[in-house]
Amino acid sequence: MARLNRDQLLELARSEVQEITVSEVKNRIDGGDDITVIDIRERDEWVQGHIPDASFLPRGHLELQIEQRQPDRSQPLVIYCAGGVRSLLAARNVQEMGYTDVYSLNGGFGGWKDAGLPFKIPTVLNDEQGIRYSRHTILDEIGEEGQIKLLDSKVLLIGAGGLGSPAAIYLAAAGVGQLGIIDFDNVDVSNLQRQVLHGASDVGRPKVESARDRIAEINPDVEVVGYREPITSHNAFDIMKGYDVVINGSDNFPTRYLVNDACQMLGIPLVDASIFMFEGQVTVYLPKHIDPDSPCYRCLYPDPPPPGEVPSCAEAGVLGVLPGIVGSIQAIEAIKLIVGIGEPLSGRLLMIDTLDMTFRTLTVNRSPDCPVCGDDPTVTELIDYEQFCGMPSFDEHATENVAESFAETVTANGAGQPELVKA
Amino acid sequence: MATVFVPTALRRFTAGQSKVEASGSTVGEVIGQLEGSYPGIGERLLDENGNVKRFINVFRNDDEIRTLDGLATSVGESDRISIVPAMAGGSR
Repeated sequence: MARLNRDQLLELARSEVQEITVSEVKNRIDGGDDITVIDIRERDEWVQGHIPDASFLPRGHLELQIEQRQPDRSQPLVIYCAGGVRSLLAARNVQEMGYTDVYSLNGGFGGWKDAGLPFKIPTVLNDEQGIRYSRHTILDEIGEEGQIKLLDSKVLLIGAGGLGSPAAIYLAAAGVGQLGIIDFDNVDVSNLQRQVLHGASDVGRPKVESARDRIAEINPDVEVVGYREPITSHNAFDIMKGYDVVINGSDNFPTRYLVNDACQMLGIPLVDASIFMFEGQVTVYLPKHIDPDSPCYRCLYPDPPPPGEVPSCAEAGVLGVLPGIVGSIQAIEAIKLIVGIGEPLSGRLLMIDTLDMTFRTLTVNRSPDCPVCGDDPTVTELIDYEQFCGMPSFDEHATENVAESFAETVTANGAGQPELVKA
Repeated sequence: MATVFVPTALRRFTAGQSKVEASGSTVGEVIGQLEGSYPGIGERLLDENGNVKRFINVFRNDDEIRTLDGLATSVGESDRISIVPAMAGGSR
């Protein structure tokens, strides 16, 4: 093999590698070309700014990881560095791996910036975060990019109770940037058997405050936005707008229909779950713009049960660990949606029976007749959900009223037996 | 005999059993047979017109019977019938 000095090697590379100008790259990106742009600079260069949509793959890892970023060797690949020299050598090596449409960006990122083209200054993990999230970032599916998506994300929890507790704890630990928590309730001693966000010293405090303290202790990166009010047709849009994912851990049917409809209308994915005694159900409802074939809550349950015919956990009881499992699954689904990995649990209903310890998934289809997500929707704005569920309209005492009416039903039916449907 | 998965809320009719066997060549017949063996369970599932209540889903294997032939959906010997009611519990 010939011995080449630096300049000879660069000359060779230049003769073997096609170069591309910054304006052509910009035009091809703007024209919707399926072009992969790889930034091969060092991390300290990348964090000061990069071409939008470029992938960060430093030179030292390029050949080892390029196949994961772009498995198709015939796809166009633009490689850039700071000035267009390192990228020549890099592009030559990538060509040797069989990539056939490789370009080195002439002038590099410096040329891009000098041409006045837009660039992005990335959010990056600081040193403490690098350590804190190292078990995430080491996963190829998450990496630093995925962790930053989590840190930039906003998740809204409907309820800080049984399901909301484990979901909030794990999402906080995972580094979700903002956790919204809607709950107007105060911590009660009877909550502590399963609502692991709250402790004995929190009894009597608003759940949103207790949640905020616990989350701050788990991960100071997380901003908690508490809404100490019931969610209603009047405030739902204002509260929910801007969240990336909603996690439903509510305890009543009007809220479930309201949250479903609002998520569909706002285009927010909903990770839905409910629990009863030893049993749980979990599924994901995606809005149309993400998956036009995804069902919604109303496809599965077109009408609510008549009031009082399906008892809540307060009447029938619930195994304390059960919401720990189900709420944790909700947290996983939220993380998958935010990072964009795996198969969401949409179009599938996961049924968990902890007495048998069986996990089964059943297929759920979008109903073309669905009043919200169907072909001819008839519900296009939020309605009165208490009325829809056959309950008195919401006022600040509604929850107590509902609880009382449940209690009456249970008493009338003969003490504590769970009643699915009144005879 | 098809296997019927009974949700927690209906297990007081089946003496606590989470799975019971029932024969019948359609889902409607299976529900009829269930009612014969476990009186009271039928009216929890069907409304006064004999249709499955709209907050309850019945699945043959993985598929909801409304997407198949409803109560006329055929049932084979080794099929699994799952009864899935709406549940609201989550928070309290």
